[in-house]
Amino acid sequence: MDAVAHASAVEQGPNLRQRLAARGFDAVTLLVVPAAIFSLLLFVYPFAFGFVLSFEPKAGGDWLANYRRFFSDPFLYETIANTLWLAIPVTLVNLLLAVPIAFRVRLMRNQRLLTTILVLPITLGTVLVAEGLLNYLGPQGWFNRTLMTFGLISQPLKLVHNYWGVFASLVITGFPFTFLLTLSYVTGIDPALEQAAATLGASAWQRFRHVYLPLLMPGLAITFCLSFVQAFSVFPSAVLLGEPAGSTRVISIAAAQAAFEEYDYSMGSAIAMIMGLVQLGIVVAVLASRGLFYRGPASGAKG
Amino acid sequence: MIRDTTLGARLWAAAVWTTVGFFVINLIAMIATVVTSSFATRWLGTWLPAGWTTRWYTSAWSEFQLWDVLIVTFQVIGAVVVISGVLGVTAAYALARREFRGKRLLVLLFLLPLMIPSMTFGIPLATVLYRTGLAGTFWGVVAANLVPTVPFVILVMIPFIEQIDPKVEAAARVFGANTFKLFLYVLLPLLLPGILAALLLVLVRTIAMFELTFLVAGPTSQTLVVALYYAVFAAGVRAVQSIDAMAVIYMVTTLIWLIIALRFVNPTQIVTRAKQPAH
Repeated sequence: MDAVAHASAVEQGPNLRQRLAARGFDAVTLLVVPAAIFSLLLFVYPFAFGFVLSFEPKAGGDWLANYRRFFSDPFLYETIANTLWLAIPVTLVNLLLAVPIAFRVRLMRNQRLLTTILVLPITLGTVLVAEGLLNYLGPQGWFNRTLMTFGLISQPLKLVHNYWGVFASLVITGFPFTFLLTLSYVTGIDPALEQAAATLGASAWQRFRHVYLPLLMPGLAITFCLSFVQAFSVFPSAVLLGEPAGSTRVISIAAAQAAFEEYDYSMGSAIAMIMGLVQLGIVVAVLASRGLFYRGPASGAKG
Repeated sequence: MIRDTTLGARLWAAAVWTTVGFFVINLIAMIATVVTSSFATRWLGTWLPAGWTTRWYTSAWSEFQLWDVLIVTFQVIGAVVVISGVLGVTAAYALARREFRGKRLLVLLFLLPLMIPSMTFGIPLATVLYRTGLAGTFWGVVAANLVPTVPFVILVMIPFIEQIDPKVEAAARVFGANTFKLFLYVLLPLLLPGILAALLLVLVRTIAMFELTFLVAGPTSQTLVVALYYAVFAAGVRAVQSIDAMAVIYMVTTLIWLIIALRFVNPTQIVTRAKQPAH
């Protein structure tokens, strides 16, 4: 077998294996195959399956029936507006808080304690935060009690089982996420650039506006996108802390209800596809506007 | 380092720190509320409960069958960590060492499950798992949880493997090591810190992974976080303190692993996944 292969290699030049190796395909490359197959089976295939399934309505009708039903039933199509009404303000608040704080924390020598505290709500997860906030923000909770002790309010504010409960939970879990991402981008910018600007007489605001902000913009766009898609797919806290039949009936609730309460997987998939499309639309819009800003090295000059 | 000493700059710094302080105080108070409530006999309309007790822990333990839930949780996590380690590290090695056509597409394929929220791909995934009969079983839960963790390990490991000099491997080959020996005596010791960090991050993320487990779990394959969700969802059926005791047990489970993980990784790594590609 080997001898035959060798003989033909002399006659025909490099054999298939050698030609593949020259293009980077050899035994080592094959190591990627298990993970790739896994990803195709459990990620690409379900997505494609769900996409096709969404055009095969359970109740019959033509292929667009699910989508037509979604956009004609206010109980369904209003979930998009409800979700956007939560996700966009929360993401903006998180980002607007994260940027100045990241700029301050970057100067700190020992950031570890703060970053550790901030990583707590992310690792604890939305379910625990929802359970904690139910007590803490409730009418008898410490938050309202403190405000009343200081005389800021005379009656407890209603902060749970409505829009603000979900908003608070998205800030508690979302802000650390946004902040840590922003911090990693801010610390990636060479401080020498700021020092150069300061030497040339730029004020703090000018240094931020004309040196840091343009360099930071691509990173902020990515941060916005990642924070937004997280907030947009809010599920447990919208059920536990909001009013899942009213103002915080978000799109993931509608999708989960259709698929796992009405057992209409076709409709559930259709709503999941719409959810993905809205996310994609916002992400593409944000990333496209990134092209309007500076793109280039964020490290010091010299090579 | 540039320090501004003008009044405006000081006021601005004070405002920023006040915001941070406000956030941290609320966060700690929220966690303290759960812990206090879990030890309370009766807590209505006062700053602190009327008395203290630990009986909610025993009642939560039996009511929610926490022993079974904890065993399932650790079995799921163990399986997810091992499988994502094996699949992820091998794939990362190939992606770090070889250039081939379609590599960028493959990296994008692995990046997508991390960018797309689990709720979006979880619903079609759960549909497929229900059709195949895997949903509701132990392996269905493991399979669903692997979807974001395998890419996570790959993306954490690629830069780690890239910084190991391939000449070390070539030298081992020159001295006659076969692939198995090369892996066992050269690569594994060099890769161990990276693998450990990646797998600890997977562990911490899997304990708190709610959405995917929620969508595919059956009554016997629930993890702790899903059991907690159902307990809060059905609040009113059971005493609040009992649910809070369960929440504390969940918190302790998570925090033990978080503390272990933080000895090996930077807190920012839990969020930023991998070194972001240059934009």
